Amino acid sequence: MEDRKAYLKKEREQEWRVELRGKMKNRERTELDRVVMSEQDPGVRNRNFTEVNRGLTAEQAITEASRCLDCVNPTCITGCPVEINIPKFIKKIEAGEFMEAAKVLKETNTLPAVCGRVCPQEVQCEQACFYTQKLKKPAVAIGYLERFAADYEQQSGKISVPEILSRKGRRVASIGSGPAGLAFAGDMAKMGYDVTVFEALHEIGGVLKYGIPEFRLPNKIVDVEIDILKKMGVKFVTNFVVGKTATMKDLKQEGFEAFLVGSGAGLPNFMHIPGENYIGIYSSNEYLTRVNLMHAADPDYDTPMISGKKVAVIGGGNTAMDSVRTSKRLGADRSMIIYRRSIEEMPARVEEIKHAREEGIEFLNLHNPVEYFADDRGRVNRMRVQKMELGAPDASGRRRPIPIEGSEYEIDVDMVVVSVGVSPNPLIPGSMKQLDVTKWGTIHVDPDTMQTSIPEMFAGGDIVRGGATVILAMGDGRKAATAMDHYLNGN
Amino acid sequence: MILSFPACFHYFSCKIGDFGIIDSRTCMNKIVAKTYFSESVVKLVVDAPRIAKSRRAGHFVIVRTGEKGERIPLTIADADMDQGTITLVIQKVGVTSARLCSLEAGDFITDVVGPLGKPTHIGKVGTVLASGGGVGVAPLLPIVEAFKKAGNKLITVLAARTKELIILEDQMRRHSDEVIIMTDDGSYGKKGLVTQGMEEVIAREKIDLAVTVGPAIMMKYASLLTGKYNIPTVASLNTLMMDGTGMCGACRVTVDGKTQFVCVDGPEFDAHKVDFDEMLLRLDAYKSAETEAYEKYLESHIKA
Ligand SMILES: Cc1cc2nc3c(=O)[nH]c(=O)nc-3n(C[C@H](O)[C@H](O)[C@H](O)COP(=O)(O)OP(=O)(O)OC[C@H]3O[C@@H](n4cnc5c(N)ncnc54)[C@H](O)[C@@H]3O)c2cc1C
Ligand code: FES
Repeated sequence: MEDRKAYLKKEREQEWRVELRGKMKNRERTELDRVVMSEQDPGVRNRNFTEVNRGLTAEQAITEASRCLDCVNPTCITGCPVEINIPKFIKKIEAGEFMEAAKVLKETNTLPAVCGRVCPQEVQCEQACFYTQKLKKPAVAIGYLERFAADYEQQSGKISVPEILSRKGRRVASIGSGPAGLAFAGDMAKMGYDVTVFEALHEIGGVLKYGIPEFRLPNKIVDVEIDILKKMGVKFVTNFVVGKTATMKDLKQEGFEAFLVGSGAGLPNFMHIPGENYIGIYSSNEYLTRVNLMHAADPDYDTPMISGKKVAVIGGGNTAMDSVRTSKRLGADRSMIIYRRSIEEMPARVEEIKHAREEGIEFLNLHNPVEYFADDRGRVNRMRVQKMELGAPDASGRRRPIPIEGSEYEIDVDMVVVSVGVSPNPLIPGSMKQLDVTKWGTIHVDPDTMQTSIPEMFAGGDIVRGGATVILAMGDGRKAATAMDHYLNGN
Repeated sequence: MILSFPACFHYFSCKIGDFGIIDSRTCMNKIVAKTYFSESVVKLVVDAPRIAKSRRAGHFVIVRTGEKGERIPLTIADADMDQGTITLVIQKVGVTSARLCSLEAGDFITDVVGPLGKPTHIGKVGTVLASGGGVGVAPLLPIVEAFKKAGNKLITVLAARTKELIILEDQMRRHSDEVIIMTDDGSYGKKGLVTQGMEEVIAREKIDLAVTVGPAIMMKYASLLTGKYNIPTVASLNTLMMDGTGMCGACRVTVDGKTQFVCVDGPEFDAHKVDFDEMLLRLDAYKSAETEAYEKYLESHIKA
């Protein structure tokens, strides 16, 4: 910790940064307004799948970067789960050295182009920014700047492939190709391990591919990162369910010495209310996978789907926002969020909620579904909802929603997406009796090393945390890589 | 140790244990043999050494043909560990199955993943009454084989609309003590429904366990019948699926009042607890009103 502080201090004292700080008075810096991200027009974008945010221009980025005061005590870093050296990369942008800025990001973040788009910055780095904390002004747009630098590098065509230490000829595997697995693979490959990533689906990327839609995270952004891993020698095996296609024991016999389980929180939750299995009621995983992975909305593809005109999405997380905004884009006349608490309690990123509202999504907050009804062919056509009010805070610190007696009424719907959370995928825990799991079904790990009760097995991401975030999954993957390297070297 | 599977070696000069040659599709999923059981039922022997090695009776795979194809579940009808192959039996019913049936030996199936689901719980119970309808006979075969191997007496009832749709009869005979054939039109075996064949056996001797695999409507009536006689019954459900790993819930059914995912909790369940009516509705989720009407007509024909 002290080392890190001293290091950051030394970095801050480098000549170029001192010089840059002197270029402009802090007062002038704080008088600049936070940059506004250019976006597709809401009335246009809610009919297409092109990315909503268009990114910053170089000029915008430099101006925004000059808002950063390069604080003596950069609290923003403590707000970042992977402790990116935020002032350094921002100052590189201010200096116009965009490639260098990207390099700084990559010191600790394997997927900056992804994180710049999907991290909840408002509760992480930007929340801890001096502007938010002390000046009560909008934070430096750290997320936008991260995306800017990472995109610049991706578009330059000069994206660097990290150097590989001498090859060790030792095999390790990741189970799952989501952010936890990808980050782990990158670090292990750098250290010279022979890494194989096993993926159950036919595509690499986990939730980044099958969950988060194109209008928020284009697949090609993820593919660039995967290509780099391939260039580093990481092998990807799709259509391979570890625990089914082969067991961990089989893989050990084939020479794999250690494993990272990054199998995600696969299992969708339902509410178990009457009528929930009627046709047209999807889990958000099913709905988003049909659209994103199977391209069901494209008539050229075989996978079918119901395209609802009156759509209700149950829940208030990112997954719910992605589902409801997808339904609008696929031609729904009415797309509604039905959420049992108020907008303040919504776990979705603030930007997603804002975008959803602009796109004409209706919010039925303090509402809860109680029953679904269907026509004689079993297709959902109505739902019954109940109004709620907020009571005293519960264990999560959020105010508990309480049903209001006699407030029930019915809404016409022809498609419903249930997005009320996921549970850990039981496939791996179920196939290994010796593995220590919590009562929620997540894998138990040592938080410092991500090591499980089976010494050669490490775990990270949603399978450890339940539903979490991309950046946390990635951080876990990196932590596990370091610890696995120690473990394999007998430390 | 690196395992090498001769079949894979032979055909594609790549070792299965060697992940150096990576895209797993390039050295697997090749169709090594194709046989027609009837005009609309095809047997494919597919090179899939990993799956061949790991699979047990009751397991299935998810298959996708072409980059624009959909993912569909198919039960593994048989496997040959030495050759590294699995056998799939496919009935032409829709776009995907038709496309699969049109593949020839030497072609590749884009994606094959498995083995998925829980294997059949095999034990020595006494006399097992197995019933299979239409293409459901294919997944029934490994189950019959496994129960026979476990020392049970096997009586198997095979049913189809007409003679040419009766498949795998010889293989079934090999693993059964008795095989009864039922056709709707009486063109082969006895004329009548699967349930009539079953009821005859039940009337005649004590049955300890019934296993039924086939169209949902057939399993529903088979289950109603055995319920009447209090015979424990297992049904292997063939719901719609997508990922096959418990991730989406497309395959959900109600069993004993609770929602279950067929791909991970099944595919086999206590038939008497399955809500077949709900399952029947869900199976038709993507059928146009027209095909639905046609199927309704067929259903009424089965019930009659
Ligand atoms: C729609 C949606 C929107 C989201 N939006 C955001 C957001 O804006 N910001 C944010 O930070 N987070 C977001 N999240 C959460 C974030 O995506 C997850 O926390 C993160 O992806 C978890 O990463 P992971 O590596 O643990 O697992 P996953 O990304 O879930 O990947 C796990 C992979 O492992 C595979 N797998 C599972 N079992 C096996 C097995 N036995 N063998 C082989 N492979 C296996 C799975 O098929 C899957 O591909 C969102 C999630 C969803 C669903
Ligand atoms: S097929 Fe997706 S959960 Fe069963």
